[in-house]
Amino acid sequence: MAKKSFIEANSISFSYPSYDGVIPPLVLDGVSVSVDEREFVAVLGHNGSGKSTLAKHFNAILVPTEGNVSVSGISTAEEAKLFEIRQEVGMVFQNPDNQIVATIIEEDVAFALENLGVPPMEIRERVDDALKKVEMYDYRLHSPNQLSGGQKQRIAIAGIVAMRPKCVVLDEPTAMLDPRGRREVMKTIRQLNKELGITVIIITHYMDEAAMCDRVVVVDDGKVIMDSTPREVFGSVELIKERGLDVPQVTELCYELKKEGFDLPECVLDEDECVAALEKLLKGGENNG
Amino acid sequence: MAESIIKTEGLSYVYSAGTPYEHRAIDDINIDIEKGSFVGLIGHTGSGKSTLIQHLNGLIKPTAGKVYVGGEDIWENPKDIRKFRFKVGLVFQYPEHQLFEETVYKDIAFGPKNMGLSENDINRRVREAAKHTGLTEEYLEKSPFELSGGEKRRVAIAGVLAMQPEVLILDEPTAGLDPKGREFILSEIKTYHERTGATIILVSHSMEDVARFASHVLIMNHSKVAMYGETREVFKRVDELCEMGLEVPQISRVFAKLREKGIDVPESVLTVAEAKEAVLKLLEKGGEANA
Repeated sequence: MAKKSFIEANSISFSYPSYDGVIPPLVLDGVSVSVDEREFVAVLGHNGSGKSTLAKHFNAILVPTEGNVSVSGISTAEEAKLFEIRQEVGMVFQNPDNQIVATIIEEDVAFALENLGVPPMEIRERVDDALKKVEMYDYRLHSPNQLSGGQKQRIAIAGIVAMRPKCVVLDEPTAMLDPRGRREVMKTIRQLNKELGITVIIITHYMDEAAMCDRVVVVDDGKVIMDSTPREVFGSVELIKERGLDVPQVTELCYELKKEGFDLPECVLDEDECVAALEKLLKGGENNG
Repeated sequence: MAESIIKTEGLSYVYSAGTPYEHRAIDDINIDIEKGSFVGLIGHTGSGKSTLIQHLNGLIKPTAGKVYVGGEDIWENPKDIRKFRFKVGLVFQYPEHQLFEETVYKDIAFGPKNMGLSENDINRRVREAAKHTGLTEEYLEKSPFELSGGEKRRVAIAGVLAMQPEVLILDEPTAGLDPKGREFILSEIKTYHERTGATIILVSHSMEDVARFASHVLIMNHSKVAMYGETREVFKRVDELCEMGLEVPQISRVFAKLREKGIDVPESVLTVAEAKEAVLKLLEKGGEANA
């Protein structure tokens, strides 16, 4: 038998409970997706596509109505194993203000560890370590209400990092931040993945963030419609737009020019690639003349 | 010079004056906004944007300086301040949190009712505003709390549109929406702008959106106005904007880099469509030279 992935969802379906006798629609409809350790995966989809519902299946906040999800081989339907699963897979939500519980930053980061019964000396060590990793150690004795949105979100991430999980799932962690906050948070998330080897699953509406990941999963109408590298996914400009999503501006420009018959690379993802491609195209023209 | 709709003179505001937390949120703001313009207001968190917009319809009384709406000093007679709140409509961030009525209809009707309009007028305005924000008839009798986040936001915006303000200020109306939802709200605002000639002030973190919709851009930095001018002129100053921690549209950055490399592309390219046109033009020239 093939080696099992770290997180595996096998043809899962999900609908929220019915009320007033109305049968609710399927939010997830036969989704299969697997994530390996150390992967950096983006999940895209428009509002209502089912992507947040899918993310909540990765640490057993929700369990599927049909099919099954396993984390390190443990089924999320096993209630007795909930703690184990949630220590492996931590979750960060959109609104930083809803996730902070304590009045002093280091106490907030320690909250989960206290609940898990980690010995005090070790809590001290893990909290300091986590705060250093998100570059917020100097603020450890401050009150969270004086922080910017980006800083609060990094505190929320530190709270998860302190639990030493294998995986962090982030549900639109930058949606409420300004560009500076977004940059800070994305930098932190990349470090988690590249330097600490933590598996990252990020749900986002920002195409430039998705373009940074190793892999992009597109969810539409409760189904996975694409699952590939950013280059492949954003290469399908028409399909992406059809599904109410977008591609980075540089990708769109090169796609449009290619359509006009100019010689450009298959799918351009970032600024530098675009500058290089256009430089070649335009200087090439000049040389001919 | 066209008619001025909003003007400030030496406008300053200090939070918690006389305490250790004293903070000058806006400092000597002098702006003059033309009637009918579409202004993008940009600045990172803490730059003073929100404090500024709350002065423009009298929600905050300035520590120093004056605010004029349509040439009138809004604080000349503090009892008349309500008049200016109807003229200058403000849609807050995450306005869906402010819905409170039993039905969508009643929620949208709240503003017009307070203006003392007749039932007929209210009815007409509610329906118009609902139509403007893409809410069909069937929504009007629903409870706002049954709706999705995006739908709630449309109800909240409709509530301000129903007052038919001469100036419409929106504080990050697209925050947290997906690209489709963002596009919808922005195009509705644009339609409202074109149809009514109202002045729009759009607070946004998205330079791309501002580049596409705004005729003018106002940049706030450290409690002061850092730049104010036509969109194209402001976005030419790529380096300064980046220094302030702001982001110019990705495509503008690419074109700035191409210029640095000595390629003669236009100085300010704001959208993908413009970029494409610019590249095609250059290639055409090259082609002609070949011929």
